[in-house]
Amino acid sequence: MMNSVADAMVRHQQTDLAASLDQAKGLFNDLSFAYVRDWKGQNPSRRVIGFLPIYIPREIIHAHGMLPVGLFGAGDRIPVVKGDAYFQSYICHLPRTVIEMALNGNLDAFDGFIFPAICDVIRNLSGIFQLKFNAKLIRYLDFPQNFDPEVGGVFYRTALRQLSEDLARLNGVAGDVAALNHSISLYNENRRLVKDLSDFRAASPHKVSAVEYYLILRAGQTLTIEDHNAFVRRVMPQLAERDALPEDKIRVVVSGSFCEQPPLGLIRTIENAGCYIVEDDFQLGLQWMGDPIPDDTADPLAALVDAYLTKSTYSSAVYDGDHPKEEQLVAQVRERRADGVIFCAPSFCDPALLDRPLLEKAMDRSHIRHISFQYHENLGQFHVVKEQAGTFADMIKLWD
Amino acid sequence: MGLTMDVQKENSMIKQKQMLSDHFMALSQVKETGKKVAYTFVPGNLTELITAFDMLPVYPEINSLQSGMRKKSGDFIREAEDVGYPEDVCSYVKCDIGMMLQGNIGPTDQLLPSPDILLLSYTGCFVFMKWFENLRRLYPHAEIAMLHIPYQADGRVDPAAVKYIKDQLTKDVIPKFEKVAGKRLSDTVLAECLSRSAVAEDLLMNVFESARHKPSPIDAYFGGVYYIGPIFTSFRGSPACVGYYEELWKEVQYRIAHKLGPITPDGAITEEKYRLVVEGPPNWTNFRDFWKLFYDHGAVFVGSTYTRVGGLYDYGFRHSPDDPLGSLAEYCLGCYTNRNLPQRIELIEKFITDCDADGLVINSIKSCNSFSAGQLAMMRDIEERRGIPVGFIETDLVDPRYYSYSNIKNRLDSFFQMLEQRKELQPRARVIA
Ligand code: SF4
Ligand code: SF4
Repeated sequence: MMNSVADAMVRHQQTDLAASLDQAKGLFNDLSFAYVRDWKGQNPSRRVIGFLPIYIPREIIHAHGMLPVGLFGAGDRIPVVKGDAYFQSYICHLPRTVIEMALNGNLDAFDGFIFPAICDVIRNLSGIFQLKFNAKLIRYLDFPQNFDPEVGGVFYRTALRQLSEDLARLNGVAGDVAALNHSISLYNENRRLVKDLSDFRAASPHKVSAVEYYLILRAGQTLTIEDHNAFVRRVMPQLAERDALPEDKIRVVVSGSFCEQPPLGLIRTIENAGCYIVEDDFQLGLQWMGDPIPDDTADPLAALVDAYLTKSTYSSAVYDGDHPKEEQLVAQVRERRADGVIFCAPSFCDPALLDRPLLEKAMDRSHIRHISFQYHENLGQFHVVKEQAGTFADMIKLWD
Repeated sequence: MGLTMDVQKENSMIKQKQMLSDHFMALSQVKETGKKVAYTFVPGNLTELITAFDMLPVYPEINSLQSGMRKKSGDFIREAEDVGYPEDVCSYVKCDIGMMLQGNIGPTDQLLPSPDILLLSYTGCFVFMKWFENLRRLYPHAEIAMLHIPYQADGRVDPAAVKYIKDQLTKDVIPKFEKVAGKRLSDTVLAECLSRSAVAEDLLMNVFESARHKPSPIDAYFGGVYYIGPIFTSFRGSPACVGYYEELWKEVQYRIAHKLGPITPDGAITEEKYRLVVEGPPNWTNFRDFWKLFYDHGAVFVGSTYTRVGGLYDYGFRHSPDDPLGSLAEYCLGCYTNRNLPQRIELIEKFITDCDADGLVINSIKSCNSFSAGQLAMMRDIEERRGIPVGFIETDLVDPRYYSYSNIKNRLDSFFQMLEQRKELQPRARVIA
């Protein structure tokens, strides 16, 4: 009797888990952004702001009563017809599906777009939006590469203030100190939950597949912060309850996919080839801040500026100054007790690919095994990846 | 920029060649002279500041393009790819790193000294940051100074950006230079350099604006890359630079007076058939062939965006001794690829209007996202608004694998046909201005 109740409970939780994962998958697949349109329809002052990878301070948008939505291209889910007429074949794939969606009306519910300063492609994509969609708010957010609070900090504060003023003009919501502090607290909560989930995945990668983990995080780029926090809170215990046994797989860190996203099939292939992904940078923006941002100050804008200057994670888009990114990757490998690194970057991605030689060299110096390959978001064939990742896993199992 | 090739020589060219050879000689002698060396980039460079510290600048991009011209880039690129640089990234970076790995023998076959300071001052392209992050690991003893230039996303010089650049200069860049140079910055020397820059900039603009004449006395692209050599590299602010532009302007005035067209490697253009504007850098590995594809058709470039990549003077900006750091900041912000796409289009349209151009050519560079991403949107916009023919071709800067003569020729042949048909439909008086 007891057993069947327990069984029923597990079954129930698993059904819930399946439903949660389905919801995440649904959000991922829905290029018409029904959730977003729904949310917007509930109140006339609501506005939706799309943003490009990697990071933007979503707290500011939230404090203005708006929904920040991450735009990561459309992967392999739409055929690119118009987008190819905008980008030459030697430009990465992400901007062409973004423009395809914009031209096809998928982004009509969006009131504005923010383009963070990460590379020349995103920068010029902001220009294309200026040319094609200038009735909407189009903003480029330049992050300082100087981390002195009196220099880069002052500049960034002005940029954030200007952004806040632009947003206020869209719906008349000023976004005061209390609102911004409240938003920061919600995003802190999100960062903590994401960190917990990522620690859980690293500790028990057999309980959450890489694709599931990815979809749970990716949902955070669409859902309101309140909904995503509730979502992660709900799904974590369900994953922990899962009855799954560890397999004989190696543990890897995947690096280089912070912007254009690898297709789900590729993530799955890496895993099926015998690798547990215990750390990755697919959704780096959600984990941009390492520590919580103070949420009870009289100057929350200053808190956001300081967080950017002192708490940001390393990334190919940010000058690493006195903190070489190689050391940070090595530290990550050690912390996650990974057996190796898979450098997996989009084709034609200058930031990721120009970091690669120096990261590879650092891995060699630290005796960390690594392999490298490239993809594009609508890659359909994974044989080569499967073989490479499989050989990599076998080699490590054999020799380590 | 700073090219060497076998074309009909004019005095200004001989002068430029001498300036370059003196510069490389000085670089090869730093051990004896004790001069310090700063590696830096062309767009929005701080040559006057480097000169004010009595240092010698080295421009890795120039070394790359020179390697391209001298047919050495293919080898250097392969060398860089052998150590892990992927195929599809900026070929300038790989060419430079390949050259360094093969002993750092520069364009004059002399050894280039290692940098004492890497001035990571980049405008309009993120690859520069990645480039020096890589070089920094290869030259661990060099000081590194970062000067971040924000993008002109809103199409204007933002006072907050000017302040940010000035703050970086005073709090970080200049102190690092003072440390490396072992002396303080002399405001007087810097101001003198900036005054001379402004004189040279006026003269350069005279030269570029001469393309309004019919026939144009200059080719603003293929000739233009020689004209910008001294001002965009090591010489801006020097007396020699002013001397060069005085000489050049004299030659151009002579050509205007005698209604002569520009000089090409095969002699002067005798009949100006088409007046074109061009967007994008040229190809360096097959520079002469590439040029010939145009002058064989009697096509002359009257406007070029590439010749504004190191700094843009068309809207009146000049360096100023009255506000040295402010004018350096404004200069950095104004470079062509640091302007947003609507501004880039505006400049192209200005060339088309001012110089009465018949068509636009876009040379899309495979490995340069800074220029290339967005060019197709620019093309559509200009086509729609101006209704002029646009020729779209694709090459690379210094990777010889991506120069396909027959593809380019086919595309250009159809472009010239379009221009010809248009001319027949809308005959225009080719008035000599
Ligand atoms: S994939 Fe790389 S090159 Fe493309 S937009 Fe993203 S960061 Fe830029
Ligand atoms: S991408 Fe273009 S602008 Fe940037 S360094 Fe390379 S060639 Fe220069």
